[in-house]
Amino acid sequence: MADIAETSQTVPLAARKAAATRRRRRIKPGDVVDHTILILGALLMLVPVWMVFASAGHDAVLIHREGLQFWFGDQLGENFRAALLEKGGFTDSVNGVTMLTNSLILGLGFAVGKILVGMTAAYAIVYFRLKFGTLAFWMIFTTLLLPLEVRILPSYEVVQNMGLANTYTGLIVPLVASATATFFFRQFFRSVPEELIEAARIDGAGPWKFFVDILIPLSRTMIAAMFIIMFVYGWNQYLWPTLITTDESLFTLVRGIRQIVQAYADGSTTPEYGQAAALAIIAMVPPVLIVVFFQRWFVKGLTESDK
Amino acid sequence: MANVTLQDVRKVYPNGFEAIYPCSFEVPDGEFVVLVGPSGCGKSTLLRMVAGLEPITEGDLSIGARIVNDVDPADRNIAMVFQNYALYPHMTVAKNMGYGLKNRGTSKAEIDKKVRAAAEMLNLSDYLDRRPSQLSGGQRQRVAMGRAIVREPDLFLFDEPLSNLDAKLRNQMRIEVRALQRRLGVTSMYVTHDQVEAMTMADRIIVMNAGRIEQIGTPGEIYGRPASTFVASFMGAPPMNLLNGMAGDGAVRLDGGEQVPHAPVNGHAGALMVGIRPEDVLLSEAGDLAFNVHIVEELGALRLLHGEVGGQAFSVSVAKDQNAQVGQTRLSVKPSSVHLFDAAEGRRL
Ligand SMILES: Nc1ncnc2c1ncn2[C@@H]1O[C@H](COP(=O)(O)OP(=O)(O)OP(=O)(O)O)[C@@H](O)[C@H]1O
Ligand SMILES: [Mg+2]
Repeated sequence: MADIAETSQTVPLAARKAAATRRRRRIKPGDVVDHTILILGALLMLVPVWMVFASAGHDAVLIHREGLQFWFGDQLGENFRAALLEKGGFTDSVNGVTMLTNSLILGLGFAVGKILVGMTAAYAIVYFRLKFGTLAFWMIFTTLLLPLEVRILPSYEVVQNMGLANTYTGLIVPLVASATATFFFRQFFRSVPEELIEAARIDGAGPWKFFVDILIPLSRTMIAAMFIIMFVYGWNQYLWPTLITTDESLFTLVRGIRQIVQAYADGSTTPEYGQAAALAIIAMVPPVLIVVFFQRWFVKGLTESDK
Repeated sequence: MANVTLQDVRKVYPNGFEAIYPCSFEVPDGEFVVLVGPSGCGKSTLLRMVAGLEPITEGDLSIGARIVNDVDPADRNIAMVFQNYALYPHMTVAKNMGYGLKNRGTSKAEIDKKVRAAAEMLNLSDYLDRRPSQLSGGQRQRVAMGRAIVREPDLFLFDEPLSNLDAKLRNQMRIEVRALQRRLGVTSMYVTHDQVEAMTMADRIIVMNAGRIEQIGTPGEIYGRPASTFVASFMGAPPMNLLNGMAGDGAVRLDGGEQVPHAPVNGHAGALMVGIRPEDVLLSEAGDLAFNVHIVEELGALRLLHGEVGGQAFSVSVAKDQNAQVGQTRLSVKPSSVHLFDAAEGRRL
């Protein structure tokens, strides 16, 4: 009986609730404005990508004549093939695959190097009673104010003198020392509870074991975040690789795109716009994949909060 | 198994703060010693010096036969349980418990055996594959205990291990911890600021105050013969009543003028403090002291009467079946339950 009485009461209640929801759903002018801004913003981001993608399907002459295209053409496969496999550049020694590989090496080397240097530096600063630890940290910290561009000439000079121009080492190592990673890892390490370190000490974990067995696993999410940021940053480097590599077999994708377009400036031929667009698409894919892949992991790490 | 000896151990923090004044005591093999005192009195500091987590400024600490002042915590063969458990969040329960053994190069099979045995003992067998974040507070506490016992240490150190648990669980864990320690027979030092924990768990209690040891003794001694007014008021709830009085002519009079019966005067003279525990008096019309009851607190099994004797605050606890009301009544004091303390320093006379 009680059940029936209750249901007969809940029905109108539910109905009233639904009505209320419907009323609340009515579109307010504020919502329209919000959504307009949102949609415009999204379009601003997406339309250029779309145009590049569509243009990748046309041949160079058409694009040269009519500008970037909004709809697919029939040259998509051909342009991608040419972009990836046909040798280009002044010396005809580099194709898309090589450039992709170079970009990957730069992105990965840059990200891994920065994380390694940043983590070890932060570890030293936070966990060891160094005489000038704090001073060292603040000195590193101030270099945040000095981006690569500021020190690019001396860096070039040093790399050149060491005979590292046109090597992967010369390409990656000078970029690796990072205040950003050091700073973030320092903040993170400082938030690790003191007792955890003490428990590990009693459990017989020396500095190395503590770092490997405890600190690194605890920093997973931090490492993932750093990896995303640093990979994309390294991938998009333009100025430094341009300076330090003259050998075309070391060219990165970002440079390769420019190389194709530059043909125009040289006046000899119509630049292969279609191929450049295809190459631009290829250049976009790995960072997107990295973000998508690590973001999942990142969110998982964050929601399974263990600290 | 080992005894622990502190010889004039002193701690001065790098900022110049003297956290522990030179102190000496010995914990015999297998004993469960509780360090108790108010917040900031240096309990953790003392324990952490024994653990090796905090350097000893002066004095000698020995565990077993050797002086361990400069021995690394890992090599002191101790195990410590922390207030917030300090479990490794990314490791499973089994890995947490086995980590110390792994670092000592124990074989996998051996670790597995010991972890299983400890888990069995602590009712954790079903949780060995879980992470700490997937456990309740009480279970985490047990894992922390498990991590301590698999190592088969010479000495257990506990720093307020139960204070993050709710009252009911705390009572239960108190009993479990004590039973476990009895069974394993490992010398233990246990820090708490909870006097109930101290009284119920300890073989011996060390009462500390402001970096100094006030008294060392069995729970019975601490309660029955407190060495100072600090110990008298710190141990026992409600605390001992402390009244200002004056000795002379073989008798003790309260400042209100009334004479205290059964006071062990023994030739003392001058100002002193008279201590009487709330449960050491009886309400009776024929009693020796006038008691003015202001408030009656109902505690179920007990009633607390708060009021005044000779103008000084006084509390009495009576059994629930005893009649008690607000107003004037009289108290009779049980023989040998009057404690006298030096008025200036608070030392027992
Ligand atoms: N690193 C330090 N430097 C300076 N003073 C400290 C340091 N650590 C603790 N102290 C001081 O030493 C005193 C004792 O601290 P300790 O942690 O031993 O107290 P405790 O008895 O464990 O208190 P609680 O019950 O609150 O845990 C406190 O007054 C504290 O402020
Ligand atoms: Mg403490």
